[in-house]
Amino acid sequence: MLSPPATAPVDDWTTDYDIFDPEYVKDPTPVWKDLREGCPMARTDRRGIRSWLPTKYADVQALAKIVPELSSKDPLVVTLPPDMDVVDNSSGLNAPPISADPPEQIWTRRMILPAFAPRAVEAHREFTEDLCNRLIDGFIDDGRCDAAVDYAQQIPPRVIAHMLGFDPNKADDFTEWVRGVLELGLADPKIRVKYRDIIQNFLITEVTSRAKEPRDDYLSELLAMDIPEMKGREIQVVVGIANLLLIAGIDTTWSSIGSALYHFGTHPDDRRRLAADDALFPTALEEMLRYYSPVTMARMAQEDVPFGDIVIRDGEKVLMNFPGANHDEDAFEDADKVLIDRTRNRHIAFGSGIHRCAGSNLARLEMDVSVRTWFARIPEFEVSNPDAVTWAGGQVRGPRKLPMRF
Amino acid sequence: MKLSIDSELCQGHNRCFALAPELVDVDDYGEAFVLNDGVVPDELRDKALLIIDNCPEFAISEVKS
Ligand code: HEM
Ligand code: SF4
Repeated sequence: MLSPPATAPVDDWTTDYDIFDPEYVKDPTPVWKDLREGCPMARTDRRGIRSWLPTKYADVQALAKIVPELSSKDPLVVTLPPDMDVVDNSSGLNAPPISADPPEQIWTRRMILPAFAPRAVEAHREFTEDLCNRLIDGFIDDGRCDAAVDYAQQIPPRVIAHMLGFDPNKADDFTEWVRGVLELGLADPKIRVKYRDIIQNFLITEVTSRAKEPRDDYLSELLAMDIPEMKGREIQVVVGIANLLLIAGIDTTWSSIGSALYHFGTHPDDRRRLAADDALFPTALEEMLRYYSPVTMARMAQEDVPFGDIVIRDGEKVLMNFPGANHDEDAFEDADKVLIDRTRNRHIAFGSGIHRCAGSNLARLEMDVSVRTWFARIPEFEVSNPDAVTWAGGQVRGPRKLPMRF
Repeated sequence: MKLSIDSELCQGHNRCFALAPELVDVDDYGEAFVLNDGVVPDELRDKALLIIDNCPEFAISEVKS
């Protein structure tokens, strides 16, 4: 079973914050509010390395633009101990563009952007709709399900397997592997390295077979691209990219679908309003992304970086607290309220600056299809036991158990 | 009213194209550009203001004549 990293109680959030604190994982908003008012750049020396936590929207926006002084070479929120960090000092993540700075970040990102452009991702809508309907067929007659495990978790790994041309039956393995890197693996470096290696080995096999014998699929297309920087190391580059697409698209999207169903399963007024008015879906889903932003990234300073009153020293980390930024009253009216008809919503759940989530159009499509399909088939539902809901936090926050009754 | 998109700032969040495909489009890399030289018909004024306020990169602005 997954358990968060062991955590000692926090006395002072300004100098000793802990994003794995159980209360913080459940609801980080009160901590952000306090910090924003008193100490908008909190710090901690937990987990081996000094790490800063911004909570203001303007600060997160500004920090995301300090490239490459604040580097993406080690983008996970917890750094691996040096003796275990065998892959190019990058938390064991060989995953450009997310683990790269320009110029490598630019050309690897340009390789994948066209497949994720707004019109291109529409190619996956029908598959996703069928998938969601089949999942619902499986539990609708029971009158109950675990909306995280039986529904949200099932969708992204199958969509990405479909896109990358992998055996759809491996979807459950993908979920386990990705959680091994992003959830369990944050607590226990051995587990992170174990699952990182499982993923790498799987991908090396898949990519190598396509390098020998191209197929009519996306990985073969990537291998065949005419990119001067990739010449002579196509397999390595494409394995890295596939690694990222697998890791970046699963926990994240699953969390955002689960959070949306959690919200509507605990807020009957919002649920009824949305069920009665389809036209609210676009603003409602953006509001879910803002309020329940799942993803926190990290940067590592490659030199001393002065920032306001502080200096981020060479080798220290900064958390890209996109979720906290999205609750800043200076950027959002009634920031701590969910307004499903919020029309002005400049949220940065998908990041900001050059690393803007390359998969955001696909993620939005998956959210749109999965929540709409759920509402069409199951317009009346509620979380059956709010105390039984569990959350994962850290790099990716979202519900992991979500018992639902309908 | 006239809109412009700063291509240095745009990172392809696609909020603008999702909200106002009458006013902007995106290229293969998801980067946005204005249609019709950025000229906004009167009846789309509200939409233009909406996309200005929803761009996470502050890349869209009104051109003051
Ligand atoms: C709701 C779901 C998702 C959320 C909230 C999310 C969030 C993010 C965030 C915040 C970043 C910025 C990383 C940084 O600044 O270091 C990012 C990057 C990225 N995401 Fe997503 N993501 C989601 C789903 C997906 C999906 C479905 C895919 C693709 C299958 C994907 C692929 C990527 C890639 C390739 C990058 C790296 C872009 C770069 O570094 O240039 N994401 N994501
Ligand atoms: S919303 Fe802003 S960043 Fe996104 S595509 Fe439009 S102009 Fe570019």
